[in-house]
Amino acid sequence: MAARLASRLLGMLAVMAFVVTLTFVIVRVVPGDPAAAMLGNEATAEQIAALRARLGLDRPLLVQFAAFLADLARGDLGQSIFLDRPVLVAIGERAELTLALTGLAIALAALIGIPLGILAAVGQGRGRAQVLPTLAMVAASLPSFWIGLTLIKYLAVDLRWFPVSGYGPPEAGFLERLHYLILPATALAIPNSALILRFTRLSMLEVLQDDYIRTAHAKGLPSRTVVLRHALCNALTPIITVLGLTVATLIGGAIVTETVFGLPGIGNLVTSAVVRRDYPVIQGALLVISGVYVVLNILIDVIYMLVDPRIRA
Amino acid sequence: MTGPPASRLALALVVRRVAGRPLLLIAAVVLVAIVAIALCAPLLDLPSPTRLAISRRLRPPSAEHLFGTDEFGRDVLSRTIYGARTSLLVGLLVVAAATVAGTAIGLLAGCIRRLDALLMRFTDALMAFPDILLAIALMASLGPSLFNVVIALTIVYTPRVARIVRGATLVLRELPFVEAAQSFGASPLRIAVKHLLPNVLAPILVQATFLFAYTVLTEAALSFLGAGVPPTTPTWGNMIAAAQQYMHQAGWLILAPGLAIVVTAVSLQLLGDGLRDLLDPRMRQHF
Repeated sequence: MAARLASRLLGMLAVMAFVVTLTFVIVRVVPGDPAAAMLGNEATAEQIAALRARLGLDRPLLVQFAAFLADLARGDLGQSIFLDRPVLVAIGERAELTLALTGLAIALAALIGIPLGILAAVGQGRGRAQVLPTLAMVAASLPSFWIGLTLIKYLAVDLRWFPVSGYGPPEAGFLERLHYLILPATALAIPNSALILRFTRLSMLEVLQDDYIRTAHAKGLPSRTVVLRHALCNALTPIITVLGLTVATLIGGAIVTETVFGLPGIGNLVTSAVVRRDYPVIQGALLVISGVYVVLNILIDVIYMLVDPRIRA
Repeated sequence: MTGPPASRLALALVVRRVAGRPLLLIAAVVLVAIVAIALCAPLLDLPSPTRLAISRRLRPPSAEHLFGTDEFGRDVLSRTIYGARTSLLVGLLVVAAATVAGTAIGLLAGCIRRLDALLMRFTDALMAFPDILLAIALMASLGPSLFNVVIALTIVYTPRVARIVRGATLVLRELPFVEAAQSFGASPLRIAVKHLLPNVLAPILVQATFLFAYTVLTEAALSFLGAGVPPTTPTWGNMIAAAQQYMHQAGWLILAPGLAIVVTAVSLQLLGDGLRDLLDPRMRQHF
């Protein structure tokens, strides 16, 4: 297990090295001058030169990369041009909302996806076994911004059950915040529940074919016990992996959903940074989000090894 | 040997399998219809998708305007149909480019062991960014244009094709026919192109179909965020983005473009699912 873990960690370091290099490159493939692009058409030559110097764009590319790495090693992701504060601080201020949103969304998606996935697997050969995977495909094809706008129109504007947008006043308590998050989390959860449904179904179908399940049935145990206690426990491990993969699509979805619902989270920070061409923020968000994704997947691998003794060997 | 030639038998087999999958048939028909309508849009005598008619702004759906009119009085259905041309064009170009690039990278990684680890860590790194995040970051650098959307989405989706092709190549490489070709002195390049490539075409085709669906969805999201095709061109994402501020009074604005996205993406995925079942030998026993 230690050897396996070490090789995974080594692989992770290699991936992160590429991630860091890519992040550096992506922001520098700007055709022409990034400083000019940021300042727009009305900027004077002196302003552009000043910004170039501030961002270090007047230095050779390799020197820039070395400086970027040195800053990164100190935990410095640079300064946001428009927010006038360190990128890491700007991301940190908005992290709580995005964490709450994605956390709530993943819980909702699992609550929808896992039970329906079990139903689809157990009902093999019956109508629902055909209908549920197809429904999941439709759910996966619903753009979260379209669901979001539809939910806002009917549940927030027409019925007034939920706030239209925002995250409430600064002094809002837990329940009030939750009230603001329910619609965006639902918009985010619906397409993501589809993947969980599909994987739960596949994982359950595989486990249900095992000999020990037949034995359990033969012992005369009720089907409910066999499915929920015997099969589900073993089917859960691959499902955990999917939950980890879902986090990446969820964060991507959060960028869109936060924009639709006017939530001041990391997603909103990224979209406004793209509009204003605030490259240090874009760069920081790329690094932080991919870093979280890579670390999360290593953690899931470790949990996987701890939970499933067959992999430990 | 007597009896019908193998090609006719194969065709009969395909027809029988397709006939047993009504969803695949429906999806194929819907997709052909969408493409035909998009291609023939100028011949359909539709109201102009771009001419402004402020006097008719924000009309709800009626016999004259089936899906209503937008904030400039333009027919929503007509814009959705013209939007299909852009969305499908982007999808097609991205799928073509990502498939070619991904297949090349996948074959390289699968055939040349020394490159494998390096190429795969590189694709892992690209896939560590959420699709939309990577796409909008690239668009922020490249600037908004249809061509740049194609470039950005190609970069986002090439790693997925590369992974699938590499996986299939690794399995094939161990099979006796590859060894046989090696024993005849075939070069690695010849083996990759003549022997491995034809055998990975089926998974590539399936993946390309799914990729098309993802591209349609991601392009819509990019345009919605204002980081995609410039708003002057009607695309499904652009239309929904523009409708956002009129949602309170004109909820119908997002109906047609939203349905277009969903129907296209679902049909493509059903087609991909159907093709996978058709082409995957392990599934043949179910027919």
